[in-house]
Amino acid sequence: MNAQLACVLALAAGTYAFRLVGPALHGRVTVPARVQDLLTTGATVLLVALLATGTLTEGHGFAGWARPAGVLVGGVLAWRRAPFAVIVLGAAGATALLRLAGLP
Amino acid sequence: MERTHGVVRLSDLPSGVLRDIALLWVADLTVGVSFGAIAVASGLPLWVPVVMSVLVYAGAAQFSAVAVLTAGGGPVAAAATGLLLNTRTAAFGLAVGDSLGRSWAARLVGAHLITDETTAFALAQPDATRRRAAFWITGAGEFVAWNVGVLAGALAGSALGDTARFGLDAAFPAVLVALVLPVLRDAAPSTRGAAALGAVIAVAAAPLLPAGVPVLLALLGLAVTVRRRAGGGA
Repeated sequence: MNAQLACVLALAAGTYAFRLVGPALHGRVTVPARVQDLLTTGATVLLVALLATGTLTEGHGFAGWARPAGVLVGGVLAWRRAPFAVIVLGAAGATALLRLAGLP
Repeated sequence: MERTHGVVRLSDLPSGVLRDIALLWVADLTVGVSFGAIAVASGLPLWVPVVMSVLVYAGAAQFSAVAVLTAGGGPVAAAATGLLLNTRTAAFGLAVGDSLGRSWAARLVGAHLITDETTAFALAQPDATRRRAAFWITGAGEFVAWNVGVLAGALAGSALGDTARFGLDAAFPAVLVALVLPVLRDAAPSTRGAAALGAVIAVAAAPLLPAGVPVLLALLGLAVTVRRRAGGGA
């Protein structure tokens, strides 16, 4: 089987299984607050790690300056509670302009 | 009287709640467009984001899996990252499990619609009828908005040529900033510490380990939180 399809199907099956636990038990079980905290923190840690590696690295090397600078612009927009589309387009636009100006 | 079965009606919810739900759909549509465009522009075939959005239907996990795939991390690391992110849907499901309806059909279909947003909207309602209405109305519209957005984005993304020229490689981390910054803003200092340590570990490991692994290694950052709690601290 195609590796990308296998990835999509595995992720889909696992995610559906997670989602079905609660409805199948029909609210008879609750998650201890500590476990719920740990799951939320774990998700945040993964997202921030992806954000950091996606911003700074390309393959095994440095991604260049234009990309992190653009993401920083996105971060400032997000901090100022700009709409989602503005954050994404602002980051991409800043990176594109910096590359146009010759920054790698 | 509370209805726990039968048809959900728009009139079950106050207009203010319906307006908030509609705003959420618009937001989902724009995030979906970004996902479709970024996935295709990063080199994946059009069907990957489209099929993934219908079957997986979880924004953060999809963005993460696609990031790992396009960074060359391989399908196992990509699926593992997405699955770890989605463990929290099990906790959401336990919280809203009794708001979906009594029939097995409602539970089997409703389970797929459990997201951060449907959980939040359902739990914000004061009684069982409104919780069920909020869950299904939010969920049905969100599913449509997300998948229509992804399809439109994927079609648009395949029309773009050289993606580095448009700075699209910065768009993906920017999406993650938009997703995670509101969470970090309200997070406990221990969560921020764990996230910062995890990021340092992942970036330090990136030159040495195969793509996908450094991000999973970041979970070592969780040790900070766990140890502090075990020690009786905040």
